[in-house]
Amino acid sequence: MRNRNAPYGVVKGMYAVATPTAHSRGPLSASTVPPPAVPASEIDAVFMALFEAHRDRVYSTALRLTGRRHDAEDLAAEAFLRAYRSLSGFDHERLETLQPRAWLTAIVVNQWRNQRRTASRRPATVSSDAVVDADPVDALPGVERRVEIHEEGDRLATMLVGLPERQRIAVVLRYIGDLPIGEVAEVMGCPTGTVKSLISRGLARLRPGGPGAGIREATDGGGLR
Amino acid sequence: MTATDDRRLISALSVLSVPAPPDLAERIVAHWAYVEGPTVDVYVAFSSAGISSVVPAQSVSGDDEFTAAFRHRFGRPLFGADGPPDGVGEALRTGSALDLRFDLSGRTPFEQDVLGTALEIPPGEVRPYSWIAHRINRPRAVRAVGTALGHNPVPVLIPCHRVIRSDGDMGQYGYGREMKRQLLDGEGVDVDLVFSMVRQGASYWGDDAGRVVCMPTCHRLLSVDGAHRRGFRSLADAAAQGYRPCPRCRPVGR
Repeated sequence: MRNRNAPYGVVKGMYAVATPTAHSRGPLSASTVPPPAVPASEIDAVFMALFEAHRDRVYSTALRLTGRRHDAEDLAAEAFLRAYRSLSGFDHERLETLQPRAWLTAIVVNQWRNQRRTASRRPATVSSDAVVDADPVDALPGVERRVEIHEEGDRLATMLVGLPERQRIAVVLRYIGDLPIGEVAEVMGCPTGTVKSLISRGLARLRPGGPGAGIREATDGGGLR
Repeated sequence: MTATDDRRLISALSVLSVPAPPDLAERIVAHWAYVEGPTVDVYVAFSSAGISSVVPAQSVSGDDEFTAAFRHRFGRPLFGADGPPDGVGEALRTGSALDLRFDLSGRTPFEQDVLGTALEIPPGEVRPYSWIAHRINRPRAVRAVGTALGHNPVPVLIPCHRVIRSDGDMGQYGYGREMKRQLLDGEGVDVDLVFSMVRQGASYWGDDAGRVVCMPTCHRLLSVDGAHRRGFRSLADAAAQGYRPCPRCRPVGR
């Protein structure tokens, strides 16, 4: 303790903030004092940094969940707007402790599930217009290998859209969003063991000749087994 | 079903990560610019979807108030632009914004119809609220038309100031009746003359040489000698005397 001679009030204030959270920013950020508003220009800068760092991940996640480029662009844009609107209400502490990768992914997943629930209340429109595009990156060695990967990508992209919802989310978040198992569990709100099991069942269906082969659109809730 | 199979599968899956389309940012972020106009200067906010917000500069204390209000109302990040979208300056000078693209996505279909119809009112002319109500096939929704115009997010460019009451009164304006008069003055509308004629019973104006009946202020009448102008209380009166409706201003109403 460096400031033993400080007035009692200050010491008391320091203890008050030191106990519950480790993230407090000095004596005045005790819970009774409203957090200072973050200037809008600062929020905008934070948001743009998040956008630049995560836009490919958010878009790819949206693409592999929806299976359609047009839907994925809508979903990614809507998710980032929701993220911005939430950020606007954050104080400095919340901004600094934010885990943006899991947070943004959770927004995408929740938004997608809400849309699906809304859509499922309407008469079914089977995704005959679905254009599942693998869109693999170009910088890969060898033309033949590239074609091979492209074909495999097309096949997997189509199969992914056919996985039951929770398996699809787990596989997409883990291998396309590149989230660690712990963050996938956090986003899905379930134990890591459940995530591992969902992933393992999902991968089994995705293997060539696996139980998922030939399935174009599985119903939700694991109806196809 | 081996670990090697899974490694191959996982490496194949990672290929499904792709770059976001380059225009994704444009769907999220808005830009703003300050534009000088002949009567009022305005703040304009826009994105690739079009112009979403216009605020007369004199109604706010400065850039900060405008940008804060925009972020609050639209929930989008907002950055300063080098200039407004093409055509905004010209639209302010000429009073016609028909070629501009507007983003009215937060508005109801009814509001979009009302605003789209108001956009067609030429500079220097006025129309009553009931004219818009008739134009959009909702002749009884006169009050709702007023409310929709009151919520116009892109005033001045979509000229809700050109919509007035049919009884010879200016009607309300979101930024005050004084600005409404100022904008109409700037376009050469002699508000007092128009209203005094309407109050004397000339709800429609005709050209007795061409036997055509118009809405008050229709510019077709500019070329008509004063001696040949005459007023009508109703379109039925005009029709009974053999006047046909002007195809330019398409008069509707009683």
